[in-house]
Amino acid sequence: MSKQITVPFGPQHPVLPEPLHLDLVLEDETVVDVIPSIGYVHRGLEKLVEKREYTEYVFIAERICGICSFIHSQTYVQGIEQIMGLEVPERATYLRTIWGEYSRLHSHLLWLGLFADSMGFESVFMNAWRLREHILDDLEATTGGRVIQGVCKVGGVRKDITPEKLDEMLKGLRGMEHELNDLTNVFLNDSSMKHRLRGVGVLKKEDAYVLGAVGPTARGSGLAIDIRSTGYGALGKINFKPVVEYDGDCYARCAVRAKEMFTSIDIIEQCIKKIPDGPVDMKVTGAPDGEYFSRTEQPRGEVIHYIKGNGKKNLVRHRVRTPTFTNIPPLVTLLKGVDLADVPVVVLSIDPCIGCAER
Amino acid sequence: MAAQVITPIGVGDVVSKAGQAKKDGYRLVQIGCTKIGDDFEIIYVYDKDFTLLSYRITVKEDVVIPSISSEYFGAFVYENEIHDLYGLHVSGINIDFKGTFYKTAIKHPFNVTITKEGDSCQNK
Amino acid sequence: MTLFENTKIVISSLFTRPATLMYPAKPAKKTANTRGHVTINPAGCITCRTCQRKCPTQAINVDVKEKTWEIDNMRCVVCAVCVDTCPTTCLTMDNQYRPAMTARGGIEKVTVAGPKKKEPAAAPANGAKPAEKKE
Repeated sequence: MSKQITVPFGPQHPVLPEPLHLDLVLEDETVVDVIPSIGYVHRGLEKLVEKREYTEYVFIAERICGICSFIHSQTYVQGIEQIMGLEVPERATYLRTIWGEYSRLHSHLLWLGLFADSMGFESVFMNAWRLREHILDDLEATTGGRVIQGVCKVGGVRKDITPEKLDEMLKGLRGMEHELNDLTNVFLNDSSMKHRLRGVGVLKKEDAYVLGAVGPTARGSGLAIDIRSTGYGALGKINFKPVVEYDGDCYARCAVRAKEMFTSIDIIEQCIKKIPDGPVDMKVTGAPDGEYFSRTEQPRGEVIHYIKGNGKKNLVRHRVRTPTFTNIPPLVTLLKGVDLADVPVVVLSIDPCIGCAER
Repeated sequence: MAAQVITPIGVGDVVSKAGQAKKDGYRLVQIGCTKIGDDFEIIYVYDKDFTLLSYRITVKEDVVIPSISSEYFGAFVYENEIHDLYGLHVSGINIDFKGTFYKTAIKHPFNVTITKEGDSCQNK
Repeated sequence: MTLFENTKIVISSLFTRPATLMYPAKPAKKTANTRGHVTINPAGCITCRTCQRKCPTQAINVDVKEKTWEIDNMRCVVCAVCVDTCPTTCLTMDNQYRPAMTARGGIEKVTVAGPKKKEPAAAPANGAKPAEKKE
């Protein structure tokens, strides 16, 4: 009977972008049990609902996370608009979708870089982030901010993009596709990468469903859960299919994210071809009265904002359930049976965004 | 978007509804808590094929809420959060952090509202 | 065994310019839309305090009696709501970032013109006075 020892992982660790603590119970270098512990960046943002009016709260919703900030603000304003019954102009929904997909591209490139870095492959890390600069430059040129866009508001968006700029963005993306191909080729075909990722951290399909896995963590195990299929924003008029892999291991999750980047570029191209002319915002009066669950697809999975208002300028409740929060139980399950040396790679493969998870 | 209906149920039905949802193939989406006056509303949201099924219970502070982690293993994150932020007691969680999930300076922070005087930058 | 997949990218980046921008030796990349910091044209301000009400971080303070407009640059998150809602468009968003600080600072206070006094209807003698004057 081998002895069990407990090794603490985190909160400071070179692979983790944000602090997360796991107590790993080991028997001879194999993990048999995991106890997670979060709460290092809890800011209590949801309590600020009492102090800020619902129009100003967009800025707080944006700052829940730095990587997935645009889609948080999009989900929030979508929820408010559904409660108040506002018909947002179509051009605004297309612009929001374009910016949302740009956000997804930048997040996946960031993750690919971090993932390569966790395996020690630093030149791929730097290459991925060099490609990410093109995306951030486009975001800055159209919205004014590289990381926090600040461009969503209740009733539409605050800035418009000229048709010439849209064409330029599309040409830039198409030009970048060649380099993206080279980069994803390294992840998907290189033997040393495959050796480290195949068969490590397997999450079976039934487990993924019952434990509540969302996003690429679920799609890597064969579940086609992608909230973009419900067609919010302008996605109802765009053809796209979710990317699904069936193996359930780290390689599958990595492949899902790598292939999703090309899907995003396709969606942006379809949006740019179909975007109608028109106004980008509308006048909003009154206050929301009612409750609604607003769901969108963040780069890490399904995010759901629960908004409840009672007719006053301040909302009663705004609750954010982020994808990383619900991916923690699957993480606990899939770490069992993994070797200690593979733990950082497996933890990073679910794309932990702890700033989101704890708000 | 289709209309979203939230069905009110009693505290005693929470576990049986969770079991029914699991048998029907729903996955757990979230458990959220709201404080309205002196009451707490807890909403259980399940999803299957992008259709939401939601239940709401309204309780006072001293009621003990049964945990659904026997049906859904992943519910422990939500129930520990409800205990830490609001001070409600949930019994029978499979991984019970006993109040140490979020370590905050003030216990049960979402229950209290504190206004600081003269904190704004501009001497307001 | 497919090895050295990354070599092609590495070799091609030996022959291209480095992608790193030597900031702050070289200036940062800027576009017309970049949100850097808020500037005010003092002559246009009428102390209506709309910017103070709308600021999500309460970084702006307007004193109507003293006719001053003050902003705490370290509290400002450059969201540009004040710029969008100012009725006289005297606020603009400059695209240079505010400098980094090592101690508490960054509070700017300017004296502004204040609300324009209405010209009295029957005052033919002083018809040539300009509309904008302090008190």
